[in-house]
Amino acid sequence: MSVGFIMLAHQNLDRAAQVSGYWAQNDLPVVLHIDAKAEQREFDDLKASLAKFSNIRYAPRRNCGWGEFSIVAATLDAARLMLDEFPEVNHVFLASGSCLPLRPAAELRDYLAERPETDFIESVTTEEVTWTVGGLDLERFTLHFPFSWKRHRRLFDRFVDLQRRVGYSRHIPEGVEPHLGSQWWCLTRKTLAAILDDPKRQEYDRYFSRVWIPDESYFQSLVRKHSTNIESRSLTFSRFDNQGKPHVFYDDHLQLLQKSDCFVARKIWPRANLLYRRFLGNEMKALARIEPNPRKLDKVFVQANLRRTRGRAGRRTQSRFPMHDLWAIQKTCAPYSVFEGFTDLFSNFQTWLEKRTGARVHGHLFSKRGAEFVDGAEVYAGCLSSSSKLRDYNPRAFLENLLWNTQGEYQCFQFGPADRQAIGNFLASDQNARIHVITGAWAVPLFHSDMEFGRIRRVAARYQAIEAAHVERLRSPHTRAQVKLWTLAEFVENPMPVLQTVLNGIDPGASRKLTEVPRLVDLQGFGRFVQKLKNEGMNPHSVGDFPLDDIPGAKTPRIKPYAIS
Amino acid sequence: MRWKRKRLLFRALRKRRQLQPVHDRTRAIARNDILLFATIRNEAERLPHFLKHYRNLGVDHFLMVDNGSDDGSAEYLAAQDDVSLWQTSHSYRLARFGMDWLTWLMIRHAHGHWTVTVDADELLIYPDWPRRDLHGLTEMLDHDRRPSMGALMLELYPKGPLSAQVCQRGQDPTEILSWFDSGGYTTRYQPKLDNILIRGGVRSRMFFAADPSKAPTLSKTPLVKWNRRYVYVSSTHSVLPRRLNRVRGPQAPGAISGVLLHTKFMHTVVERAAIEKQRREHFENSDLYEGYYDGLIGDPVFWTPESLHYEGWQQLVALGLMSDGRG
Repeated sequence: MSVGFIMLAHQNLDRAAQVSGYWAQNDLPVVLHIDAKAEQREFDDLKASLAKFSNIRYAPRRNCGWGEFSIVAATLDAARLMLDEFPEVNHVFLASGSCLPLRPAAELRDYLAERPETDFIESVTTEEVTWTVGGLDLERFTLHFPFSWKRHRRLFDRFVDLQRRVGYSRHIPEGVEPHLGSQWWCLTRKTLAAILDDPKRQEYDRYFSRVWIPDESYFQSLVRKHSTNIESRSLTFSRFDNQGKPHVFYDDHLQLLQKSDCFVARKIWPRANLLYRRFLGNEMKALARIEPNPRKLDKVFVQANLRRTRGRAGRRTQSRFPMHDLWAIQKTCAPYSVFEGFTDLFSNFQTWLEKRTGARVHGHLFSKRGAEFVDGAEVYAGCLSSSSKLRDYNPRAFLENLLWNTQGEYQCFQFGPADRQAIGNFLASDQNARIHVITGAWAVPLFHSDMEFGRIRRVAARYQAIEAAHVERLRSPHTRAQVKLWTLAEFVENPMPVLQTVLNGIDPGASRKLTEVPRLVDLQGFGRFVQKLKNEGMNPHSVGDFPLDDIPGAKTPRIKPYAIS
Repeated sequence: MRWKRKRLLFRALRKRRQLQPVHDRTRAIARNDILLFATIRNEAERLPHFLKHYRNLGVDHFLMVDNGSDDGSAEYLAAQDDVSLWQTSHSYRLARFGMDWLTWLMIRHAHGHWTVTVDADELLIYPDWPRRDLHGLTEMLDHDRRPSMGALMLELYPKGPLSAQVCQRGQDPTEILSWFDSGGYTTRYQPKLDNILIRGGVRSRMFFAADPSKAPTLSKTPLVKWNRRYVYVSSTHSVLPRRLNRVRGPQAPGAISGVLLHTKFMHTVVERAAIEKQRREHFENSDLYEGYYDGLIGDPVFWTPESLHYEGWQQLVALGLMSDGRG
């Protein structure tokens, strides 16, 4: 009992020769079909290099086109040749010129010898198929496809549309149950002979020559008629990327392929010298009796495909510059927190937050004087400069870079109406931003400053206008950031839940207790200050409804004693 | 843009008489050869390693223009079997920083070839480069139907003052210039040329904090499957027709890209800065660069504790500075 290989190759014949030579040398007969389009000189070279093997045959060369019946016809020719020429062959394995065996030939022989009646072919009913690109599954069997999908895509699509609208449907011959699956199978002699010698084969061939991509449906459908023991999976490990093209393996997939425990993989990049050397050399590791397990790798590929389509969020380079809206949902590579007004109210907010959460707490990163990195650094992670001009040249790149360069560390920074506002829009539209705002808190440092009151009044009016525009943006329906807003009055009324929200926001999983709170600055007389601004004709609405504390008889604000310095 | 391309091609045609062939070995160029084009001036210390690096990458023929070297660079190049050399003493600046000369040579010799266009202080690397040469890489690009590959210019610098460590002739400059800025690059899309403009890095951090928009551009397209109708616009930052600048995703997700290791900041850069400041042959607005040259003449330290040591291409892929084409 032995296994025979049918190999379909159309280019890189030197690799095809290398692989078929490997099988032939290990007493596995090979029937090669070389596409008629391949150069005669290359074909002669291939023949010459394989001349020393007596167990290699050549099927008549046909001109094969992608998705055409000629591929199936070539396979049928080769299968006939295989069955006639090598009576010892019990299983026939269909492979391509870019396939590579991953496990020793003897292991495959033993594996199949233990399962002499089993046909390994992925064969799935059209209802269950999920992988078809373009959405054609059952319609592959019931429509006509006179136009090439690769060369005349528009005509192809239009003609499909037309047939759908007219309600046209081809008659499926009796005995054919539409099934789809990977082109690469391994069938028993019995099943293959039954397909080849089927009395209705001419009818089937005629029918399938008009089906779209028959190489994925001919054997997959007919095997259901003739076989009683189908294992619906392919022994060939291959994956498709998001565009429906086969994934090409390269040297850097070596470990991955070693782990797959599969017998054969495709497609291999013809210049993947390391892979060819390693898997065709003597070093091939014996895995005896381990079941092939492509599932192990699926996770890796799903991730790779996701990364391919979504790219690496938050990193823009020459080769990756998302311009489509879809890509803009997640603009940065990691979540971060923005605090507005907290440092105005607490004298040690930054050190407190850093100590409580272990996050990196920067000062005002967008200050007009330059980026206030933590600990006053002038050059921060990844050599980001604190220079205000370099930052303002492209503020969103500055923030994206900061987050990219500090991956693994949670970043927080302060923001307020005194800062450069250009980044505001970006913050609001970034899903990763968690923004906490105490509106009107900018009034507290003004209250403590010794500027003359007329100037304070002007600054206050400006800050309030800037903040109002910013808050309006945060409240807009287009905002994707998580936003928490409080007025100064609301905050002073009850600061504890606000601080708890801050801690929870940074680390939602861990429930941190407020065992220690930051020092609140002195607010004695602030109510009067607000009243004075009102008396000057300004309406400090963003502060909220702040009580007048120093008017005799008025209610003093209930600031918790532990929160007062 | 079409007219701009034609104008630039015509310009190159006019400037062709400025070139004197010194050693023309272009008859040896075979069909699938990979060609390298460069203009040089006084690069004797760099050239041995430059040629070695690109020979290892599988460049088959070098087409070089010598712009008045007096340090033996021309003699050295003329003695190499795989170098064709032209000479000119005309203005580098007026020839669009050498681009007009190279454009003419490319019209004549590069048609249908994969070409690398670089400066003598730029070493092209890309994912898996020591093992996969340019023939392998370009086959992969052909397979993906990509006519060009982008690269970020990564500026390398030494630890300590620039002139403190001496790079011997023929030594791999990255042994001394082994530090770089890993973050701090800004990207911007330019619809007019359909390319990505990248600025930032160490020169921007050190010298252009006052006016970042004048900082040198770091995005380049050094590898192109050339056609005689193509033309580089400003250095190799952009190329016409515009589709060649489309070296990015997401239309084609995860485009492969490389890095040009920029070895400008060798010990010689300090004295050269003084000369270049005199010659005024670099950059469009030489005046703007006064401060830059003065800064270099002062022998500054680029290194900071945040600088990263260059460890190879895997590191650059992990940092996202180049892409292996898989995301």
